[in-house]
Amino acid sequence: MFAYLVRRTLYAIPILIGVNLLTFVLFFVVNSPDDMARMQVGVKRATPEAIERWKVERGYDKPMFFNAAAEGGGKLTQTIFFDKSLRMFALEFGAADDGRDIGQEIRARMGPSLAIALPTFVLGLFVSISFALMLVFFRATALDFWGVVLCVAMMSISSLFYIIGGQWLVSNLWALVPISGYASGLDAARFLVLPVAISVIAGIGSSARWYRTIFLEEISKDYVRTARAKGLSELAVLFRHVLKNAMIPILTGVVVVIPLLFMGSLLVESFFAIPGLGSYTIDAINAQDFAVVRAMVFIGSVLYIVGLILTDLSYTLVDPRVRLE
Amino acid sequence: MNLNFEPVLLWTDALLFLLLGLGLLAARHAWGSEPLREAWRKVGKRSTGMAAGTVLLAFVAVGVIDSLHYRPALPPLTAAEVGEGAPASSGGPIYSSEVLSALDALLAPLRLNIEKTYSAPFAATLYQRETIELEGGGQRRDYPRLVHGAAHLADPASEQGADVAGRAGRAVLTTLAVTALAAALVALGLARSGRVPFGAAADRLLRGRTVLAWRAALLSFTMIVLVISLCVYLAPVYHVLGTDKVGQDVLYLALKSVRTALVIGTITTLVMMPFAVALGIAAGYLGGWVDDAVQYVYTVLNAIPGVLLIAAAVLMMQVVIDTHPEWFGTAAERSDARLLALCFILGITSWTGLARLLRGETLKLRELEYVQAARAFGVGTAAILRRHILPNVMHIVMIALVMDFSGLVLAEAVLSYVGIGVDPTTISFGTMINMARAELAREPMVWWSLAAAFVFMFVLVLAANLFADVVRDAFDPRRG
Repeated sequence: MFAYLVRRTLYAIPILIGVNLLTFVLFFVVNSPDDMARMQVGVKRATPEAIERWKVERGYDKPMFFNAAAEGGGKLTQTIFFDKSLRMFALEFGAADDGRDIGQEIRARMGPSLAIALPTFVLGLFVSISFALMLVFFRATALDFWGVVLCVAMMSISSLFYIIGGQWLVSNLWALVPISGYASGLDAARFLVLPVAISVIAGIGSSARWYRTIFLEEISKDYVRTARAKGLSELAVLFRHVLKNAMIPILTGVVVVIPLLFMGSLLVESFFAIPGLGSYTIDAINAQDFAVVRAMVFIGSVLYIVGLILTDLSYTLVDPRVRLE
Repeated sequence: MNLNFEPVLLWTDALLFLLLGLGLLAARHAWGSEPLREAWRKVGKRSTGMAAGTVLLAFVAVGVIDSLHYRPALPPLTAAEVGEGAPASSGGPIYSSEVLSALDALLAPLRLNIEKTYSAPFAATLYQRETIELEGGGQRRDYPRLVHGAAHLADPASEQGADVAGRAGRAVLTTLAVTALAAALVALGLARSGRVPFGAAADRLLRGRTVLAWRAALLSFTMIVLVISLCVYLAPVYHVLGTDKVGQDVLYLALKSVRTALVIGTITTLVMMPFAVALGIAAGYLGGWVDDAVQYVYTVLNAIPGVLLIAAAVLMMQVVIDTHPEWFGTAAERSDARLLALCFILGITSWTGLARLLRGETLKLRELEYVQAARAFGVGTAAILRRHILPNVMHIVMIALVMDFSGLVLAEAVLSYVGIGVDPTTISFGTMINMARAELAREPMVWWSLAAAFVFMFVLVLAANLFADVVRDAFDPRRG
């Protein structure tokens, strides 16, 4: 098990190097730092001095790969590639355009992101699985049919409308909870209810339908018939046998996203003005803060890979046939 | 030739027509092959398939008409404007820098009837009070009359109800006539192919007892015709869905958004398909280092959360477009380039799923007897891939094409909202929502822009989802 974990972690290194190279190509080869500077300074005001100043402020004034002017190891380390790309492996992301340290900012914003994403994830999973189980229990009846119709209709609505509509309905019309904002500590709950509820509802359609398919596939298997033949009630069959065995395909899709919960949700956080990583990313995109977007891409892929390893581990928990060696 | 316009072929137009051509070729091919015809017949037998397909066809028609772009000729300069001593014009007309489409020409009244600002659906006045200068001096605060909406009525308050009812009535009559005609044509076709009398065929059609679900198709056809004829009779004199902040007709915006959604939903899959097919099949069939390389590439791409990769790529693309203004002749070309680039970027992030499916399927196929027999007979690798593997994985490609469509349409709205989608000047559902998002909080509330975007998007995505389900059921051999 431990050896497996070590090996998996080692496998992750080439992938992270690939991600790193890809972002480097995207941010520095497709466009030279001069292009980025011209765009940020504004095409009309882009004097050579302004561009040079912009580059110096952000450390883009160094050579790309090889600094002939530097001493010793500095020939390789005092370059854009080393500074902006390789340093990310040590989780050093440098400063954002407003001068604040990106690493610190990320640590501070993970909390609020998680405060929204974790309840959404847990509740969403619970609601969707319960709904799917109900549809399966009443399978081939009118309830099942209209349930599926409801799912398809719900997944055909853009998440933007869920948020806009939910915000309007609950906050403007009924004036129950504040429309947006955030507070620390327990006080935050007031601000979290609405975004969590909306995200859960927005997600039900597609996930419940997916779980329903998985359950239906499982329910047609022989062991289910055996369980029924033993005289188990339909509910016992569903919860004790079908749900347990359906966990494997469900885990494949679900565990991967757990680490990504730290990243928060772009839309929900920006609509509800929650100071998490999602709104940080959106602000960076709108301000064209390349350093922040680069850092988020890297962190996102690290978390994804962690998620893949967790997925493998979770198989050993639910499926005794799986051993990691 | 003395055209008073110059045809313009934007990149996305060309690709859309290419896709249409490929679709027609595929249809001809499917007609000639018994299993494919059988699969499509399965789609046709399901009433949801037929109904959703009909709705999708209507959207596609809007999109295709909107893809016939041209630049209208400017009216020739008068002698006074040309001035003395100016060089004699070279003879050809001068074309406007504004690129229009055939849909713009059809919807000319909608496009040109621009009000000052918000007005509610069917309204005769603006939505806000304004200070109106009275003729005899002095001022009055009131709702000013619209320039175009209900302008043909002298006293909207008393006449409007009857006018709208009359026009709607004519629309319903037109719909009934068109539907009856269409039903008769379908029944005639059924009678011909089934060699039964016309009456029997019509009876079967109305009772929904035909082999293909023609009645469902006719029903949704009727709904579409009803909507169109209501628009034809009402839209020229009223703003059926109101106007937005700058006074543009919301119905016009919603119809123009359809093309953007279709382009994103289909071109993305079209541009990524060759890569996904080539790499997926090569990885599965050749194995070895090719497999390793392809798997590495798609694991890396997969590892980056989609939105972030798209954000990074779009940011960089913006820099490229903004620093090279000389590449684009007109504003339309520029926003089209951005639309196309967005399709490519979405394609890069979404080909991995299809490639993985194709790799898995090819791994299975390469061990089957007929492939091994072909290998034993000395058939070359390229020929095996083309003749034996490719046709047998095409159903996966087909399913991916229809399954991805709705997700891409939804993604466009979110990305445009976040600011990493289409050009802000491109009319799309995302830009519509983006502009309308604060309107619900206004006092009094402006709801019609959002409602229009919601209804159009919902119908399009719902039809796509339903159609995709039916197609998947029909083409996926694992599903009965």
